[in-house]
Amino acid sequence: MEVVHKFCHKHILGLEQLSPDDIDFLLRSAASFKEISTRQIKKVPALRGRTVINLFFEPSTRTRLSFEVAAKRMSADTFNISASTSSLKKGETLIDTALNLAAMKPDIIIIRHSHSGSPGLLAKHTKASIINAGDGTHEHPSQGLLDMMTVLEKKGRIGGLKIAIIGDIAHSRVAHSNIIGFTKMGANVSVSGPATLLPMGIEHLGATVCSSVDEAVEGADVIMALRIQSERQKDPLIPSLREYATFFGINKRALTLAKPDALIMHPGPMNRGVELDPDLADGPHSVILDQVTNGVAMRMALLYAIMGGGEG
Amino acid sequence: MPQSLLLKNGRIIDPANNIDSPGSLLLENGKIKSVYLGDYANSPQGECQVIDASGKWIVPGLVDMHVHLREPGEEYKETVESGTRAAASGGFTAVACMPNTSPVNDNEAVTTLILAKAKKAGFAKVYPVAAISQHSDGSRLAEFGELQKAGAVALSDDGRPVENSQLMRRALEYSTNFDFLLISHAEEMTLCGDGVMNEGPLSTRLGLRGIPRIAEEIMIYRDLALAEYVNRPIHIAHISTRESVDLIRRAKLKGCQVTAETTPHYFTLTEEAIGDYNTAAKMNPPLRTLDDRQAIQEGLEDGTIDAIATDHAPHSRAEKEVEFDLAANGIIGLETSVPLALALVRDKIISPTRLVELMSVNPCRILGVKGGSLDQGASADVTLIDPDLTFTYEEKDVVSKSKNSPFLTWSLQGKAVLTILNGKITFDAL
Ligand SMILES: [Zn+2]
Repeated sequence: MEVVHKFCHKHILGLEQLSPDDIDFLLRSAASFKEISTRQIKKVPALRGRTVINLFFEPSTRTRLSFEVAAKRMSADTFNISASTSSLKKGETLIDTALNLAAMKPDIIIIRHSHSGSPGLLAKHTKASIINAGDGTHEHPSQGLLDMMTVLEKKGRIGGLKIAIIGDIAHSRVAHSNIIGFTKMGANVSVSGPATLLPMGIEHLGATVCSSVDEAVEGADVIMALRIQSERQKDPLIPSLREYATFFGINKRALTLAKPDALIMHPGPMNRGVELDPDLADGPHSVILDQVTNGVAMRMALLYAIMGGGEG
Repeated sequence: MPQSLLLKNGRIIDPANNIDSPGSLLLENGKIKSVYLGDYANSPQGECQVIDASGKWIVPGLVDMHVHLREPGEEYKETVESGTRAAASGGFTAVACMPNTSPVNDNEAVTTLILAKAKKAGFAKVYPVAAISQHSDGSRLAEFGELQKAGAVALSDDGRPVENSQLMRRALEYSTNFDFLLISHAEEMTLCGDGVMNEGPLSTRLGLRGIPRIAEEIMIYRDLALAEYVNRPIHIAHISTRESVDLIRRAKLKGCQVTAETTPHYFTLTEEAIGDYNTAAKMNPPLRTLDDRQAIQEGLEDGTIDAIATDHAPHSRAEKEVEFDLAANGIIGLETSVPLALALVRDKIISPTRLVELMSVNPCRILGVKGGSLDQGASADVTLIDPDLTFTYEEKDVVSKSKNSPFLTWSLQGKAVLTILNGKITFDAL
C-alpha cells in the first residue's frame, strides 16, 4: 500500500527545510502537472480566486515568466512587481513593502532578492505563503527541484547517481539548492571549479570537492555547468573568461570522461563558449530545454502544495 | 553634616588591595571613608544611611572601556544621558566612549561637548576616546595634544582600522610625547571585503559573505609589530578569535606592552546565534566558532585578556529590521555584561576577584584613570552585585534607547543591584 505523504510547509524558503519525502512528493506531483502543459487547454481551476504576487528585486525573465505561467495555468490571479517599475528602490524597506503587499491580501508572494535570507524576513511580516525564487547566494529551491525532476525523468532515479557541478559554486544559489537537494535524494554531488569560487565549507552541504574538473566529471551521470559572471574577473577571482573557458569550461573532452549517457545541464542564462561548449549545449546530451519545460510543471506543483494541495 | 552611606555586611572584593572577605564599606562625602572587614555589628556614628549588603558583592565601580554613546549625531540611537543611564543600571560607574560619532571626535569641541553632557547627566564618568586620524579617515593625524588637553583619555579610529601602516606607525611614535594610549580596532579591510559574518561552513550555508578570521589576526599582528618596533604600548579592542588570543599571549611573553579586551558576546555566543538571519547577532568582528569562544575564555582565565568591555553599540529598529546584508553592525551590552561575566564565574572559568580585575581594576589601569579600588579617600564609586538574582532580560526593561540585543528573552543570573557614583546612588534595584 502506498503511503500518502502530507506536505505541510507554508513557505518554500529553501530545500534545506524540505525532507526527502517532501521532495519526492513534489517530484511526483510535478510529473502529473506536466501533463497539463501538453493539453490543448492548458488550464486547471486549482487556484481559482487565489492571488499570486511575483515580487522581483532582481531582473529575471526566465524564472519570473516560469512562475507566472505556472500560476496562470492554475487559474490564479497574478501580479508582477519588479524593482524597476515600483517604489521598491526609493528608500522603502523590505518590511514596508511586505506590509503594503499584505494589505492587498495575497495568498502567495514569490520573491527574488539579491540579499540572502530576504524571503524569511518577508515571511515574518506577512500572512501570505512565500516562495523563494532565488535569494542572494543562498538558495533557489524551485530550480533545484526542476533540475531533480529533469534528472529523474531522464534517468529514472536520483539515488546513486553522480552529479558534477562545475564553476562558480560560491556565488551560485542554484548550486547550493542542487547540492542540498540531490544529496538529500541519495545522489553523490561532486563540485569543482577555480578554487577562488569554491566557498569554505561547501562539503558541509554534502558536496565532494574535487581539485580538478576532470576528477569531478569522471564517471558522472550529470554534468551541470554554472554561469560565470564577467564581473568575477574584476573581483579578482579569475584572470579572464578566456582562461576560464580553457581550464574550467565543459567541452567535448570533459564529456568523454563522463558516463556515455551523461546529461548536460545549465540553469541559464548561458554564456555560450565560456562555461559550456556551444556544440554540447545544443547536442544530444543536453537537457537544457527540458529544464525550462519542467520548470513550469515544478512551479505548478509548488504553488499547489503550499496552498494545501499537498494534503493526502 | 556629613553625608554617609554604609553598605553593611556584604562580600568585599577589592583585588587592588588583595581583599576578598566579608565586610562593610562606609562612604562619606563622596569618598570612601573606611572598609571594615569581618562582621560589622556597631551602628555608625551620626546620621548614616545603612544598606543591607548581605549576600551581595561590594566591588569598586565597574568600568566599561569600550562603548558607543552615539552623541553627537545619532541621538535617536543613544545619547550621553541615555547611555550612561544604561551604564549605571548595568553596574558601571565609568565608560570610555569611542569617537565614531558625527562629527567624529577628532577635536576639542566634540570632546568638551561629551564631557559636558556627561557631567550634566551625572550617571557615570565618561572618558572620551578621541580619533587617531582626522575624521578617522586614516589620512592625517588628529591633534593629539589638543585632544588630551580637552580631556580625551586614549585614541582610536574605532569603527574602522587605521589602514595605512605608515600612519599607524607615526601615530604610535607621536603618542610618546603625550603618553597617549592607542586602541586598535584590528581589521584588514581588503580581506573583510563586504563580508557580514564569520567565514566558514555556516556563512556558506546561509549564503552570506564571510569575514575571514585572518582579517582580524593579520591586523593585530601588524599593530603588535609596529608597537614593538617603536616601543610603545598598544591596546587591542574586541578580540574574537583563538589566534588573536595566541598572538597577544606570545607578545606578552616577549615583554611587549600590550593589553587586550574582549566582549561578553565573544565569550558567550558563537556564530550559530545568527540562526535564521538574526540581525541582533550581527556585529564586527563577527561572532566566531565554539573553538574561538573556548580560546577567549582561556584568555580571560590565564590573564592574556585584560578587560571585559561591551562594545555597546546601539542601533534603532530601522538599522536592524532589514535584510542581514544591510543591517548595521553591533549590539547593546551595558545591561547584560555583569550577568554574562558572572556565568563565567559560575562555570569556574574565572574567580570573582578576576571578574573585578577584568571589569574594573584593569580598565582603569589601561586607560590611566583613577578608580578600580576601594582605597580609603578614593572617589566613592561602588557597585553592589547580587550574584544569585535571576531575571528574564526583556525588551521593556532595557534602559538604553536602543534594544538591539541578542540576549533578549534570555534568563540571566546575577545583576548589579546598586550603583554608586561619587557617593550618590545612580541606580537602585534593591
Ligand atoms: Zn571596533
